[in-house]
Amino acid sequence: MSVQVSLTVNGVERSAAVEERRTLADFLREELGLTGTHLGCEHGICGSCTVIVDGVSARSCLMLAVQADGAEVTTIEGLLEGGELGVLQQACRDSHAFQCGYCTPGFLMTATELLSENPNPTESEVREAISGNLCRCTGYESIVQAILLAAERGA
Amino acid sequence: MKPPAFRYLAPHTLEEALALRAEHAGDSAVLAGGQSLMPLLNLRMAFPGTLIDVGRVSELAGIREWDGGVAIGAMTRQRAAERSKLIGERAPLVAKALPSIGHPAIRNRGTIGGSIAHADPAAELPAVALALDAELVAASSSGERTIPASDFFAGYLTTSLAPDELLVEIRLPSLPDGHGSAFVELARRHGDFALVGVGAAVALDAAGAIADARLVFIGVGGAPVRAHEAEALLRGATPTDEVYAEAAERARDEIDPGSDSHASGAYRRRIAGVLAQRALREATP
Repeated sequence: MSVQVSLTVNGVERSAAVEERRTLADFLREELGLTGTHLGCEHGICGSCTVIVDGVSARSCLMLAVQADGAEVTTIEGLLEGGELGVLQQACRDSHAFQCGYCTPGFLMTATELLSENPNPTESEVREAISGNLCRCTGYESIVQAILLAAERGA
Repeated sequence: MKPPAFRYLAPHTLEEALALRAEHAGDSAVLAGGQSLMPLLNLRMAFPGTLIDVGRVSELAGIREWDGGVAIGAMTRQRAAERSKLIGERAPLVAKALPSIGHPAIRNRGTIGGSIAHADPAAELPAVALALDAELVAASSSGERTIPASDFFAGYLTTSLAPDELLVEIRLPSLPDGHGSAFVELARRHGDFALVGVGAAVALDAAGAIADARLVFIGVGGAPVRAHEAEALLRGATPTDEVYAEAAERARDEIDPGSDSHASGAYRRRIAGVLAQRALREATP
């Protein structure tokens, strides 16, 4: 059976009819065309699909779209500032914080939550915050540096 | 993978939730935070005909003082519990255990009651409930009953909740003022399910002897295990490394961990004793 889901994504009200079993991740990608949110493991381990739901990070593969009805969601597409890369995105670019880029959206959403709660994190706080996101390319070093750089630049 | 098809019901009040639970008692699963159930659905390990989403039942969430201790609504998010001053004061073992659960994004959604009702033998909160003699409040459309934690965990992912019941509140009696607590675990990676974990609480009397001790293990069987004999050995004793080593040895005999692809039973038993000593030392006020 399909059900109507209405929510705010990156400040824009969106609505679509979906199957009840549709995950939020698939809803964002398939119904709304926001393919910046990546799906890796689809069972909550890799962190690639992390988005912000009502102000806090969540695995969009572990949420049904219907659960997000009425919620405010921010995805990687919402990090742009006036059509340009946001501070965190630019810091990642400057620090070469990605290689294949598959995990990047999840890391950036996790870092967004961290910096909103703790604008000046220590390196160990950054490592703790991103411990639920897997990257198989970088070895994490450049990602940690990017988040610290973004904090320095006032992200 | 993607979840199998199911009927989705989202009650807004506890009364509605319990009526749905009764109506679909044979074939329903309760969706709370979804951090355990959603992976089971995505992996096609669970095929409930009906999903009852209690996420919009606001009366199920909240933290309140209870009889000197603390009562936590089943839908309370783990992240909210982690930040609760009341839980930190009244049930510090809960606060010590929470950071070991998954990662912040998991705890933002995951709930206290969901983890306890899911009853994973490697999960922290069922063990904490057992260690603290929690009273678990189960409701159904015909009334409410209180289940002691010692009667709640029946085995692997199995509890004594009836199919029409819903876990609504977790009541945690307080340990003596000034007691200490610790939760330590060994996992392959931070945030992974523990190979073995130990929760401990220690209260001392005025003379410095152990007035009360709690020792509980995860990842060592089908359900969390409380080491009652080791606790009895500790009560009245002086908290020294020798006494803790003796208690750890006794606890090793009280558990019977199995082997799997992650670790052998013998390794788990050995590590359990090592972690027990660490937890007891850390918990000593």
